[in-house]
Amino acid sequence: MTTALAVRDFVAAFVLLNAVIAVVTYVTLLERKFAARMQSRIGPYRVGPHGLLQPIADALKLMMKEDVVPATSDRWVFNLAPLVFLIPCVLIFATIPFAPGLGLADLNIGVLFFLAVSALEIVGLFMAGWGSNNKYALLSAMRAVNQIISYDLPFIFAALIPVVLGGTLRLGGIVEAQRGLWFVAYPLLGQLGFLAYLVAMIAAENRVPFDILEAESELVAGFRVEYSGMKFALIQLAEYAHVIGTSYLGALLFLGGWLGPGPAWLGLIWLSLKALAVFLLVTWVRWSFVRIRVDQILGISWKLLLPATLSLLLVAAAVVAYSGGARGA
Amino acid sequence: MESLALLMVFGFAAAVAGALLYIPSLIAPRRETPIKLEPFECGKDPVALPEGRFAIKFATTAIFFIIVDIELMFLWPWAVLYRTLGWFGFAEMLVFLGILMLGFLYIWRKGGLEWD
Repeated sequence: MTTALAVRDFVAAFVLLNAVIAVVTYVTLLERKFAARMQSRIGPYRVGPHGLLQPIADALKLMMKEDVVPATSDRWVFNLAPLVFLIPCVLIFATIPFAPGLGLADLNIGVLFFLAVSALEIVGLFMAGWGSNNKYALLSAMRAVNQIISYDLPFIFAALIPVVLGGTLRLGGIVEAQRGLWFVAYPLLGQLGFLAYLVAMIAAENRVPFDILEAESELVAGFRVEYSGMKFALIQLAEYAHVIGTSYLGALLFLGGWLGPGPAWLGLIWLSLKALAVFLLVTWVRWSFVRIRVDQILGISWKLLLPATLSLLLVAAAVVAYSGGARGA
Repeated sequence: MESLALLMVFGFAAAVAGALLYIPSLIAPRRETPIKLEPFECGKDPVALPEGRFAIKFATTAIFFIIVDIELMFLWPWAVLYRTLGWFGFAEMLVFLGILMLGFLYIWRKGGLEWD
């Protein structure tokens, strides 16, 4: 019995990993196409029909590239960093329930596990910056740590709002609690909470307008400046996987997860569409806004988002206490 | 069983990433020159390696993070058990957050949140 379950888990884990890598590879194409359209370009078009084979061509090309390890770098740290960066970014997908009963492990501490593991990416990031032994990379890594730990707090507070409203840490339970009314539709509370979640998410992913750790004009490519070939590809893969994973979390926490009209098997499609909408929103912001200064970035986190999300959390708690846990304590 | 599944994802991710890191060493070219192996600094010769000293502001951010992070540790169980606690839990959290926010306001007034 247990071996049958283990085999099932084995197959499921294998399928999940491949699905994550395939989706993330194609999301890079989607972002490039989306950015191109926003700038009145066509984007990748030559490889395959409408450029659909571009990610595969990119992967093959990056595999054939020379893998340069700088002579002054700390070799072990430098080589291990992409691995340490990628694993947590893939592991977060393990707890996401894609539809009722369709997920690897819908843990009873799902939200906590997701946020804890996704915060681990910072270790790989700092290893990359430190191991490169390059001034740009090191500066970028310090800035990244500074920014990510600043924005993790409002991010977690915003993610706690649905937890208080739903009364559980199980992602599936939070989705079921939204049957009837999605959390984002709660007057004022839901919208502000979702907005805070989005801003903190963009900042925690280090994307424009919060990308001071990269800032092409001053730090070149930031912490990944010394990486080339497949190691660079792994870092990019991990970053996109993290964005997609957090988009799924946002869709589950605020946008009603797999709930939607139609039969139950449409749940996976509904959830993916909502996650895609969150991702496109983030991408839209990326290609519309300009980078802001370091002190402004930290000011937004500590002086605005942190008090705001804490107050929202208390308001959510007051709402739940006032309604007396009517939806079954 | 759930932790076993998580462990499997971990193992698969590590295996795939390891394989992807290993494949280029088989097929990629390898032509090293001393200049190529220097740390990249936009074409200048690197004068010195980074010696590991940073602005003190990074350290203060880390300390502030720990303050609020401890607060967060109490918020997790509180958020889960909130339905059974009701108004009692609300008042308790208000007191707890109030004390911590006093410290936060102190940091703010002292200029700890200014980065310029």
